[in-house]
Amino acid sequence: MRRSSSTWPTRSLAVLAKDIKSELRTRYAVGAIVMFAAVTVVAVGFSLGGIALDTNLQAIMLWLSIYFASAAGLGQGFIKEEEAKTSLSLRIYAPSGAVYNGKLLFNLIILTGLGLLIVPLFALLIGLNVVSYSLFLTILTAGLIGLACTTTLIAAIVARAAVKGTLFTVLAFPIILPLLILAVKGTQKAMSAGARFSDGLGELQGLSSYSVVMLIAGMLLFDYVWND
Amino acid sequence: MHMIWKLLVFVLFIWVIVGAWLFEPPMMGVEGPEVYRIFYFHVPVALVTFFAYGLAMYNGLMYLNNRRLEYDSRSALAAALGTIFCALATLSGSVFAKFAWGSFWNWDPRETSIVVLLLVYLAYFALRSAVIDAERKAALSAVYSILGFISAVFTIFIWPRLTPGLHPGAPGDSSGRFISMSTTATIVFIPSLLAFIILFVWMYLLSVRINRLEQDRAERET
Repeated sequence: MRRSSSTWPTRSLAVLAKDIKSELRTRYAVGAIVMFAAVTVVAVGFSLGGIALDTNLQAIMLWLSIYFASAAGLGQGFIKEEEAKTSLSLRIYAPSGAVYNGKLLFNLIILTGLGLLIVPLFALLIGLNVVSYSLFLTILTAGLIGLACTTTLIAAIVARAAVKGTLFTVLAFPIILPLLILAVKGTQKAMSAGARFSDGLGELQGLSSYSVVMLIAGMLLFDYVWND
Repeated sequence: MHMIWKLLVFVLFIWVIVGAWLFEPPMMGVEGPEVYRIFYFHVPVALVTFFAYGLAMYNGLMYLNNRRLEYDSRSALAAALGTIFCALATLSGSVFAKFAWGSFWNWDPRETSIVVLLLVYLAYFALRSAVIDAERKAALSAVYSILGFISAVFTIFIWPRLTPGLHPGAPGDSSGRFISMSTTATIVFIPSLLAFIILFVWMYLLSVRINRLEQDRAERET
């Protein structure tokens, strides 16, 4: 009993360490996300051609950039295992819960990096008129956590399908839409004049309950996707 | 026994059609009350849509529980029927929007949430066509139907209540009179809801039977 409870986190961390190590070798996810973040922000800024966006549009463009950049990198986590034919050995050596946790933590790290990159880039090239920084950062963090919880399970589903091509974007969009809507609304509130932290409490409640539900669903359902 | 249900659904629909056009409109004291007659058809269809998707998820859960492929085909059939009802709810809502709010599409929270529901299930069928192995297809689409249902609950029940919109019953809608339905509205609305539910169940059971017969024939031929 004691033993299994102590090995659970270590095994999850072992899966995470393995992913980080292989990521450091190939730099696939990082490369894809950095490129996508840079390309989307530059494309948006370029096509605007110096027109100042109002804050509502800034929030929308920011979250759309985050969504597409994450779709470019996060969908690969499990596909990589299938293509390198390592998924079978991972299935043997690690319990499915540890695999899910490890992949989720890895996605969280990648998304944190994405947030640290895309927000300053966006602020520099397009402009972000944030009024309440505390609300903005909390909404951003909650949104990124929710994004990680949802995309991990969807990436696992996509990796098991025969046709992988564009499936991730198709499957992820309708599931992530409530999160995107809430995150955009919350960010708009953080940017409106005289904004205070308490203005976005409704959106924060929505975002955190969405993340918790998706996290629990992911933990319960991952086993059915991973093992057939 | 089957005859009774068929007669009942026939009588109910005649009552609803007569009542919806001849009685006084469901909402009085609003601008253009005649437009609101579509309520007798639009709301039951939208409720059946949600019920159908719940049934698809239930069958998905049953499949994950006991791994019998029959539940997977039931889940797909319920989702397919739900998609038809969802399209009807979107269309009838759009017609109402044109005459009550002036445009076929306004991106009102309710309108957006029904489109999200439609997208979830189109993605569900995209996933089904992307997996070849029958058991894997069943497990993956069962998991996706659960995720889709969670997303639907958030877009239908939580988000529209956070944002003001045009739809009757939304916060910020001045004419929101759905709570105080008149008695004439209730005696048409409740039979209409019943009629659409019975119609849906009938269609569902028929398609399950057709599916089973087709599978029996396929097995015999191989």
